[in-house]
Amino acid sequence: MALDKQTTAKREFKVVGTRPLRPDGVDKVTGKALYGADLTAPGMLVGKILRSPHPHARIRSIDTSAAEAAPGVKAVITHADFTLPDDEDMRDILVNCMAFNKALYDGHAVAAVAAISEAAAKAALKLIKVDYEVLPHVTDVDEAMKPDAPVIERGRQAETVGEGFSENVTSYCEFGHGDIEAGFTRADHVIERSFKTEATHQGYIEPHACLATFTTDGKADLWCCTQGQYMVRRVCSAIMDMEASQLRVTPSEIGGGFGGKTTVFIEPVALMLAKKSGRPVKIVMSRSDVLRASGPTCSSSMDVRIGMTKDGRITAGHAKLRYQGGAFPCGTVEMGAMAAFAAYDLEAVRTQGWNAMTNRPKQAAYRAPGAPMAIYAVESVVDELCQHLGLDPLDVRLKNAAKAGTKASYGVTFTDIGLSACLAAAKAHPHYAAPLGPGQGRGVSCGFWFNFGGDTCVTLNVNMDGTVSVTEGNPDIGGSRASIGMMAAEELGVPFDKVRTQVVDTASLGYNEVTDGSRVTFAVGLATIKAAQAAKAEMCRRAAMIWGIDAEAVTWEDGCAKPSGPNAGDFPPMTLAEIAAVSSQTGGPIAGHHEVNADGAGVSFGVHLVDVEVDPETGATKVLRYTVFQDAGKAVHPDYVEGQMQGGAVQGIGWALNEEYIYGEDGRLQNAGFLDYRVPVASDLPMIDTVILEIPNPGHPYGVRGVGETSIVPPLAAIANAVSRAAGVRLTELPMSPPRILAALDAARPKAAAE
Amino acid sequence: MRFEVAASVAEAVRMLAAEPGTTRVLAGGTDVLVQLRSGLVEPDLVVDIKRIDGMREIRAEDGGFRIGAAVSGAELGEDAGVRALWPGVVEGMELIGSTQVQGRATLAGNLCNASPAADSVPAMVAADAVARVAGPAGERDVPVAQIPAGPGKTTLAKGEFIVSIFLPARPAGSADAYLRFIPRTEMDIAVCSAGVSLTIGGDGTCTAARVALGAVAPTVLLVPDAAAALIGSKLDDAALDALAAACSAAAKPIDDKRGTVAFRKKVAGVLARRAAVIAAERARG
Repeated sequence: MALDKQTTAKREFKVVGTRPLRPDGVDKVTGKALYGADLTAPGMLVGKILRSPHPHARIRSIDTSAAEAAPGVKAVITHADFTLPDDEDMRDILVNCMAFNKALYDGHAVAAVAAISEAAAKAALKLIKVDYEVLPHVTDVDEAMKPDAPVIERGRQAETVGEGFSENVTSYCEFGHGDIEAGFTRADHVIERSFKTEATHQGYIEPHACLATFTTDGKADLWCCTQGQYMVRRVCSAIMDMEASQLRVTPSEIGGGFGGKTTVFIEPVALMLAKKSGRPVKIVMSRSDVLRASGPTCSSSMDVRIGMTKDGRITAGHAKLRYQGGAFPCGTVEMGAMAAFAAYDLEAVRTQGWNAMTNRPKQAAYRAPGAPMAIYAVESVVDELCQHLGLDPLDVRLKNAAKAGTKASYGVTFTDIGLSACLAAAKAHPHYAAPLGPGQGRGVSCGFWFNFGGDTCVTLNVNMDGTVSVTEGNPDIGGSRASIGMMAAEELGVPFDKVRTQVVDTASLGYNEVTDGSRVTFAVGLATIKAAQAAKAEMCRRAAMIWGIDAEAVTWEDGCAKPSGPNAGDFPPMTLAEIAAVSSQTGGPIAGHHEVNADGAGVSFGVHLVDVEVDPETGATKVLRYTVFQDAGKAVHPDYVEGQMQGGAVQGIGWALNEEYIYGEDGRLQNAGFLDYRVPVASDLPMIDTVILEIPNPGHPYGVRGVGETSIVPPLAAIANAVSRAAGVRLTELPMSPPRILAALDAARPKAAAE
Repeated sequence: MRFEVAASVAEAVRMLAAEPGTTRVLAGGTDVLVQLRSGLVEPDLVVDIKRIDGMREIRAEDGGFRIGAAVSGAELGEDAGVRALWPGVVEGMELIGSTQVQGRATLAGNLCNASPAADSVPAMVAADAVARVAGPAGERDVPVAQIPAGPGKTTLAKGEFIVSIFLPARPAGSADAYLRFIPRTEMDIAVCSAGVSLTIGGDGTCTAARVALGAVAPTVLLVPDAAAALIGSKLDDAALDALAAACSAAAKPIDDKRGTVAFRKKVAGVLARRAAVIAAERARG
């Protein structure tokens, strides 16, 4: 794609870069905002889902007769009510929403009821008789890859996988360039370590919820909390075998997504119950259902080998990544393999990735999916090399940092990137020079994310009272209504409070890719700027008509149409409001729109700096100080950008220290609740300090880069490096929970442990 | 499910005794409501006792305090007398839940929920607190340590419930402390815990001590060997080491999602030692 001419360095912004009050704030803090579970409809039924207690079981039969006869029950459904779509991805999504021949994990849906009340629906679930033949199960990625492991589903293995693995291994990928063995020979020191990370959940506060209605002539309406109403329409219309235009999906306010709401879990079930019962049906997942049956991230097992010269030059890097993403094939390991060494300018690098199926819930995207674990492993080995060679970890990273012109390990050649700027800012920051006390350690890590653009469609209407309505199709999970409205205001030259941005249903705009890949501020922002430019051109044309001059002789400046020079004529400027007020007399309403498959998202780098203290008697870790450095390209609304940087750091702290999926010997999830699935609480955390760097993205008119994901990538290694330095022993498994740290400490001091 | 509000102890006993099915007593409800909502129990009868006279009162009695069964953690924490005499019991109670939960949760409820990890119980056992139990046969006094029978089970008979907890008088130079280990800083459940109550004589010698551990056995564990390590000592390092070793040796924990046997045994000793130091500092004033 041709890139816009860069004017960002000189551009003076009026609205972009300021911090107006968030437009959704008052509704949210006063409880007025409508979330997924907040809509009701006349005659509405309560939908409830029966879930498998077994991690792996053949479903011999399901007897629903008693449930159907129970008082208040209006519909009972099982897989028999659905037809498997031809498309493999759609089939996997449906089978994840409703088990067909086998239950594939603890919590897998096997049947559902719709009844007149919660109590009636609950009672009916108990009357459904499922005859299970319990099968051997596997939940660990390394176990699942062994040739004799219980196989989740046959026939899913790609030919590239090769010999020696069980059929659970579905895909293999590799990336890199150069001769790594020659590179390792050139090194003064080589370290190879193995790492494991547990699955973590996105931990959004709002559980999945939806309300479905079906008309007798086959049209349907679905209200749900999602990161992408168009995705929901595409998936659900395929599963329900209906035309996309017949299903309207309206997104609610969303109480967190982090990638976990980029697919569906309950929507097809609600639609089928609504179709069968002829009544509106609402389903709200419990927290336990969310943890057992919506998608966590992958767990991983990794080997990383890196060679370094005495002066800190990396001579070669090799990573082998094994991810499991639940009971279905999953491509997340590919992104890990691409991202692992992205921060480094290397002559010789190789990354290999394998995906394995296990008896766990189908993984869903979670902020920079696949990257945090791979980069954790690489950045841990880099840190250990720095320790071994007595080198400063930031100097070593600066020495090897990827920059414009670097050929990345995954094949692309970078344009302008902000990694060195982030590293230099970290090096110069007072945090890096602050003294550490006994038992304390400081950790550093780089982070990277690709960022995406994708299909985007925006309409901008200039209202007759001089206000502006922007219509966009991406649920606002990180402040996009503010940033998009700000970009519209900037481009039109009107105050931000004259612009209102609304997220609309699938009938109101063309297709929009889901809110993922940190794409919205970049891609929807880009489309909004283009739509505003179209509206400006139209307003210039209207002014020209009023003045009786050529449209080409009118320019737009400071929110007004003006004659482009003395030769064009002598007319006072017309404001947007003045032009809008008379639009009916000049040809009708004024609008701009833009449709694009946006390219040029611009990769994003960040660097995290953290100090921790480890209690040597209990293995407890306290995070003392934390600073995030990240390249935002251009921060449209700095509050939100800082919020993204802080939020990613906090979720990463949880991942590093306490969050994990714990499966028992019986294959059941043991901690399906927020008591024992430990996200950090406020008192666990210091203020997360932020430093925004702005290295403009050449692919965006204002230089914007996505900022939503990079921030969860560095914390895992930054904290692991800090803990390892504080404890004096290298930790190679996440989470670094107190029992794990204490065991590592005791192993490192055998005498003390024996006492 | 029936819900009844009892106006008197006798009425509550009558209701609980007459119900042939499952019953639950509601004071603060911070455990009962969670269990109801999660489907863990489906009681046939819930009896609300918190409107019975005296249930929300703290009364001075024989140099100690009698704490009504419906006194909340927040109310207990505001009572300067209890705080001064039994600071460890108060700090154990105040660790339970959030600020909102503190407005409801009770000592008696925490005890009757019979979790081995209950935060108020190790300190109450160390304090040798006594529960007053009302039932069809009248009232009886039972040491707190004898109320829990195992996870989720109590020794209370049909129709019985706790009406108050008595924290006894103690000599000058006495204090207590409670510490728990949690992976977070609040809103969590003890992986293991320790309550220590002790008395220090005029010459700095420990003259009396009780040490109790939580979450390392099916019920809260009183550890006489740990107390013996302190009594007669000046709470020097050797005595504290012996205390920690006795606690680690006495702990009989399990491996579960919250911690390992090795972790709990070791940290039980660490916490007891730290709690003893805090209690001693308090006792010395």
